[in-house]
Amino acid sequence: MCDSHSGVILISHWNVIMLAGLNFATLLLSVAVCQGSQYKDINSETVSVDQGSTYGSLWPLPQQVSLSEVSFKLSSSSFRVVDAEGSSAGPSCNILQNAYRRYYEYLFGNARKTGHFKRKAARSELSELQVSITSGDSDCDGYPGATSDESYELTVDQPYAILKAPKVWGALRGLETFSQLVYEDEYGAKSINSSKIVDFPRFQHRGILLDTSRHFLPIKVILANLEAMAMNKFNVFHWHIVDDPSFPYLSRTFPQLSQMGAYHPYTHVYTPGDVKMIIEFARLRGIRVVPEFDTPGHTQSWGKGQKDLLTPCYSGSTPSGTFGPVNPILNTTYDFMNLLFKEISEVFPDAYVHLGGDEVDFNCWKSNPDIQKWMDEHGLGKDYAKLESFYIQKLLGIVAATKKGSMIWQEVFDNGVKLPADAVVNVWMGSGLQGEMFNVTAAGFTTILSAPWYLDYISYGQDWQRYYKAEPLDFKGSDAQNKLVIGGEACLWGEFVDSTNLTPRLWPRASAVGERLWSAKDVTDINDAYSRLSKHRCRMVERGIQAQSLFSSFCRHEYKGI
Amino acid sequence: YVFIYFIYLVFNCCTHHNHTLSLPIMLDLNTVESVWPLPQKLAISEERYPLSPTHFNFYYGEDQASIMKDCSLLDSAFTRYFPLIFPDLTSGKPTRLTGVLAKFTIMYCFVSLMAPACVVDQLNVSAGQAVLNSDTVWGALRGLETFSQLVQQEEDGTYFINKTEIEDFPSFQYRGILLDTSRHFLPLKAILNTLDAMAYSKFNVFHWHIVDDPSFPYQSRTFPDLSSKGAYHPMSHIYTQSDVRRVLTHARLRGIRVIPEFDSPGHTQSWGKGQPNLLTPCYKGSSPSGTFGPINPASALSYIFMSQFLKEVTSVFPDPYFHLGGDEVNFSCWQSNPDVRAFMQKMGFGKDYTKLESFYMENIVNITSNLNKTSIVWQDVFDYHERIPKDTILHIWKGLPAQYKAETSRMTKAGHRVLLGAPWYINHIAYGQDWRISYNVQPLNFSGTEEQKKLVIGGEVSMWGEYVDATNLSPRLWPRACAAAERLWSDESQTRSAEAAFPRLQAFRCSLLRRGVRAEPLSPGHCSDEYRGI
Repeated sequence: MCDSHSGVILISHWNVIMLAGLNFATLLLSVAVCQGSQYKDINSETVSVDQGSTYGSLWPLPQQVSLSEVSFKLSSSSFRVVDAEGSSAGPSCNILQNAYRRYYEYLFGNARKTGHFKRKAARSELSELQVSITSGDSDCDGYPGATSDESYELTVDQPYAILKAPKVWGALRGLETFSQLVYEDEYGAKSINSSKIVDFPRFQHRGILLDTSRHFLPIKVILANLEAMAMNKFNVFHWHIVDDPSFPYLSRTFPQLSQMGAYHPYTHVYTPGDVKMIIEFARLRGIRVVPEFDTPGHTQSWGKGQKDLLTPCYSGSTPSGTFGPVNPILNTTYDFMNLLFKEISEVFPDAYVHLGGDEVDFNCWKSNPDIQKWMDEHGLGKDYAKLESFYIQKLLGIVAATKKGSMIWQEVFDNGVKLPADAVVNVWMGSGLQGEMFNVTAAGFTTILSAPWYLDYISYGQDWQRYYKAEPLDFKGSDAQNKLVIGGEACLWGEFVDSTNLTPRLWPRASAVGERLWSAKDVTDINDAYSRLSKHRCRMVERGIQAQSLFSSFCRHEYKGI
Repeated sequence: YVFIYFIYLVFNCCTHHNHTLSLPIMLDLNTVESVWPLPQKLAISEERYPLSPTHFNFYYGEDQASIMKDCSLLDSAFTRYFPLIFPDLTSGKPTRLTGVLAKFTIMYCFVSLMAPACVVDQLNVSAGQAVLNSDTVWGALRGLETFSQLVQQEEDGTYFINKTEIEDFPSFQYRGILLDTSRHFLPLKAILNTLDAMAYSKFNVFHWHIVDDPSFPYQSRTFPDLSSKGAYHPMSHIYTQSDVRRVLTHARLRGIRVIPEFDSPGHTQSWGKGQPNLLTPCYKGSSPSGTFGPINPASALSYIFMSQFLKEVTSVFPDPYFHLGGDEVNFSCWQSNPDVRAFMQKMGFGKDYTKLESFYMENIVNITSNLNKTSIVWQDVFDYHERIPKDTILHIWKGLPAQYKAETSRMTKAGHRVLLGAPWYINHIAYGQDWRISYNVQPLNFSGTEEQKKLVIGGEVSMWGEYVDATNLSPRLWPRACAAAERLWSDESQTRSAEAAFPRLQAFRCSLLRRGVRAEPLSPGHCSDEYRGI
């Protein structure tokens, strides 16, 4: 998954693209205007942000929505988000209090400066959103987890709107939805229509993978993307924190790993404080942080700070000076992993750790006489997949001892490793995808789908449509098998991505994945999606997220952070 | 240690062949570090000189000091380049000026940027002084840029420069970037930032594709309705006259020409909103369908409007060249309109609508040349109509290499100057290092005589705006456009290998980041100063 392909590059030309554009346009048009001409741009014009969806700018689309024509005004001076009476969360609930302020800022950020005079609410005004946590334990002080309840119900009516959710996680999703119902009328006044929404995610695991090894990503970029994730109801940050090129994670137990293995030991590392900040920032938005410490391959940078961890490769009968995957035959390797994963289990509160296990190159192992000898002794013969399995098996044991569940890339399953029952298999390979989904679930494992959503692969045009159309249950599994598909992840591998281009490359392309994973299976109308997503993109821009555009168009508030 | 920087500028265009200085080419890409595009002749030695920010200054040479004392263009270039040379310095100015530090000699400051002057400069860095000789101020700007790229920092922060001799001039006179402000509005700041980055790569033409079908952001003095009705938003998504002036000034100070494009008769949907009766009403059967096509070439009003409008814009934009577009005209609307058909009959065009388009373009080119501007048009105009005035520049945008090479042959054979755009449509993105494709383009590799090859005046990188706005313009443009910058500036025989150029481009990309340009990465890796402007 992490290969850098320099794929076939086809320079297409304007006229070709014109046709492509025309196709998009035709595709997206429910009502075609400007039939007299075939200019791409005329057609595209009709695909503008203003085409309209009955669902306004809602993204991802809630499970049940009923909107009425009756509208209320929201005034920055009188509108409040408050805890409902009887809510199990109160003023001490940080998650909610922070969220109230955040959404107030999103809604009135521009208008707030106009003054603070308190006036009596007008007749057609909505003055309050009451938030009620209905379950006895609000989860206020906890971390979101693999089974957290994110459902909520939202009723917008006079005299106040009510948001009910069993847990704070649902309240966060509902607040986002509420903010998406608010629109600006032509006088700039904030309005909201009377509405009723019942909502819950279709899939429990909705993740974004960022790769901080191939390029270091400053904290600010990660935080900005956590914000964008919350706007799109993503709930897992899969942090592919280290890999071959660099080791930016500053380990307390093994500080030399980043000291020697990071691009720079001070400017290109994540300190324990940084990690803590990211986890808390994510928690406040209902986002889990699942770290990936990928082994035994993808570990070149580990070798710099940890002597004898990697396998010395041989050229003929002498060491070549290069190194391969983690050396699976040394006891010291497992001592090291023991200590490292113990630290990781303490630093990252999530119940899962991603162990990687992908793309192990056997050549170095094959070249090493000690490994050959060991394999003979242990009766593995020439089967290096078995050697890999031996390693992973031991690692799974180490991780299980830290009371964490394991996520692994699909190869681990494919190689026949005996996985713990709660292991999550991450499917990333495009070829043989349906068979793989079938096999993993038939074996009774939960699975997460990444294959259709490798957003680091870019192409000209509206590729979000492709991501949008991918259906996770598009394989012939039983109902029981379908239930084991717990979600998916959009992956933005870092070969060609750093802080200069990450945000516009990820958003709103990942938003397409967000809706696929949250909304009902039959939400597939691409025209309707285009209209809502265009507005959603402009909303992200207005909130300071550098989300790129879908096509020729404009936002009322363009990106200002240039 | 006193470092003397001495700039000597002479205005004697094209005499560089007579310069006595002949430099050995000792090209070692490892020592060149981040100089981009590669100078024509470059010799860098191992010898290093430290530079002291407090003792460094720009001076005019003694004999020319009086003439140069009002050369605001270079004065402001000095102010601009000082912090680029010494990026760690918080204060923009040297604090202690002692002794005789540098001399700056020049004879003429104000040379028209627009005159197709050859730009040659010599940069000679040796102990105690750096001397820059240039025929024009524009060459001096390029030389300053090169000098700024030669200065490096030791690990401890000490600035230094290697002993260097450079003779430099562009292989192609026209090195442009097209931005499209119609499909998405680009805030002024995005344009100004692009101009800054263009200067770092020695681009010298900003082709401003200012209006098109989707929107008309140019605020016209004569026809204010064009933007008040045709822009995405009449107040927030327009370029006022002072915005345009700001772009012109910013560009001029960096030695960049601004060539506007007012594309017609096609690509004009947004014009129709503020200018009734300009576009052709399309018909469905015998009645108007309510939609509109290209500008109506059969109506005299169209030409009256275009004369008035072009009169305004040709005076607003000082460059002697003017881009008239003329691409992708769709004939179906014209065909549907009975008045247009009647006009065709009257003119004896038969059913050949290319003749009608040619008729229109001929009129527009004539109006433009009466306004003392030379026209640039997209290749479509030539493809339809080979009788356009010989001084019209043809802009190639279509096709695969075989096609655009054949087109270049035909056009130059017909005696036209040619601008190559086709290989550099970098709004088209793909996974991986697509800059290499741009880099491997050979603009003169077409069949033709030496005389024909001279007619290829340069090339242009296009960033069409379908998928590009302020959120992603910079990282899509930089450093991908740098590939074309080197192809158009440097000696092709020395820059054949993209592989050899790669580390230098990576280093240059890092210096772009350091200068605040949001240039995207080329491969896994890092820069000591990552982009901070998130």
